[in-house]
Amino acid sequence: MQEKNALNYDYSVAKCFTYATILFGIIGMLIGVVIAYQMAFPQLNYLAGEYGTYSRLRPLHTSGVIFGFLLSGIFATWYYVGQRVLKVSMAESKFLMVVGKLHFWIYMITILTAVVTLFMGISTSKEYAELEWPLDIAVVVLWVLWGISIFGLVGIRREKTLYISMWYYIATFLGVAMLYLFNNMEVPTYFVSGYGKWYHSVSMYAGTNDAMVQWWYGHNAVAFVFTVPIIAMIYYFLPKESGQPVFSYKLSLLSFWGLMFVYLWAGGHHLLFSTVPDWVQTMGSIFSVILILPSWGSAINMLLTMKGQWGQLKENPLVKFMVLASTFYMLSTLEGPIQAIKSVNALAHFTDWIPGHVHDGTLGWVGFMTMAALFHMAPRMYKRELYSKKLMESQFWVQTTGIVMYFSSMWIAGITQGMMWRATDQYGNLAYSFIDTVTVLIPYYALRATGGLLYLVGFFMFTYNMYKTMTASKAIASEPQNASPMAA
Amino acid sequence: MNMETIRELQAYGYIFLTVFLAIGLYAYIYHLYRAEKKGTRNYEKYADIALHDNIDDAPVEAISPLNKEKE
Repeated sequence: MQEKNALNYDYSVAKCFTYATILFGIIGMLIGVVIAYQMAFPQLNYLAGEYGTYSRLRPLHTSGVIFGFLLSGIFATWYYVGQRVLKVSMAESKFLMVVGKLHFWIYMITILTAVVTLFMGISTSKEYAELEWPLDIAVVVLWVLWGISIFGLVGIRREKTLYISMWYYIATFLGVAMLYLFNNMEVPTYFVSGYGKWYHSVSMYAGTNDAMVQWWYGHNAVAFVFTVPIIAMIYYFLPKESGQPVFSYKLSLLSFWGLMFVYLWAGGHHLLFSTVPDWVQTMGSIFSVILILPSWGSAINMLLTMKGQWGQLKENPLVKFMVLASTFYMLSTLEGPIQAIKSVNALAHFTDWIPGHVHDGTLGWVGFMTMAALFHMAPRMYKRELYSKKLMESQFWVQTTGIVMYFSSMWIAGITQGMMWRATDQYGNLAYSFIDTVTVLIPYYALRATGGLLYLVGFFMFTYNMYKTMTASKAIASEPQNASPMAA
Repeated sequence: MNMETIRELQAYGYIFLTVFLAIGLYAYIYHLYRAEKKGTRNYEKYADIALHDNIDDAPVEAISPLNKEKE
């Protein structure tokens, strides 16, 4: 502690998670593009026997991008941001370094095992919670390790106040811990009754109760994995990259508590018009609409942070990525509540509008923010300037075009589908059969898949840019204060 | 307890909760501004934590006098 000059932040764990983010990003998004094309061209289902079917690949796509790409992105930024806003280095605690590395390796083993087992078709069949009980236990272990790392670093910090990003990282940790434990309560069938393989299980809840717990979990996975940690990122990276303090720190606190309270009650909107009690449905609807307020509170706070500094959008592609991310956050947090209104949901439920909504949030908000964060971290972690600004600009436009193609095609497809399902003739008979809607939707499926392909191409551009930054870019003498240095 | 009573209790609970939360929300906003006005806390300065985050930057609020001495 006395030789302060020698002390530096230690990014070794952040770097490991950065590689994982890129690896799982490629796997998850590639599978996403394949299954999107399978919707448009069903014969693609038969390319690799049972391993290439839509039903086998879909959980791999969702788990790959959520628990592979995004979780490692969250961990990478945590091991970077955490040290900086607490003003303490991982190098100051051998214990925390060991915990961090253990966290990474247990994470890698768990997720790679998840990829293999899902390919083999081993699944609990619960959406976004497909992993069987042995893997669930591994997830708990790695989550506890992350918790030790968070609170350990907080314990030895120099900065007394926890910056707003820290609040959001801690909320991610606590929120997911609670949700994951409750939704994954399962009975291992072999050990209880002798049926099935040793790794098989069934949910501890049955019927409607299972559905309610599942969507309480499912929607809050969106909250605590797709939203809360991404807000943690933007509250750090946008001010830091642009050199502007957060527009209103008080608003960030208010939005935090608003989001924490309201989000947990909104999951019922996944079960509108189903067998769950009416009040649960109404509550889900109402809380979803209220959710606009804290969501827009954070998003507007970010946009206002750029007040008087909009010129930076022209000069700095990283700011552009983050501002677009924030704008997509506003779009999807307006769209979601609209879909949760009962009368709109009567049209939208089970249609392609729903995955359309999910993807403008994930591709626009989550994906852009995560990539921008890694771009910002790279010059500081590798002490080299970013390899190519031009490539970054092209990536931005290729991916933005991809997102627009994705969600606009799914809007049209979803509303067409919903209207056709509801259409009746003058006697009240249904006007169309299910296959009629499928035929009409095929062109939109092709458009959606191509939008996804563009996004994947952009991700490869990102990967190449990051790889060249790490290996071949010009070294920088000192750490940049704000705007990340980049070669033309 | 019959269904009607349960529904009635639910309705009272709902009103109580709504009023409680609305008051809680505005009280929190009031608390934030009041603390600033009285000078007990300046929330906006915490925004600097992200901007001055080098390991040798002075903390915006150091955790203990011991650490302050070291800077």
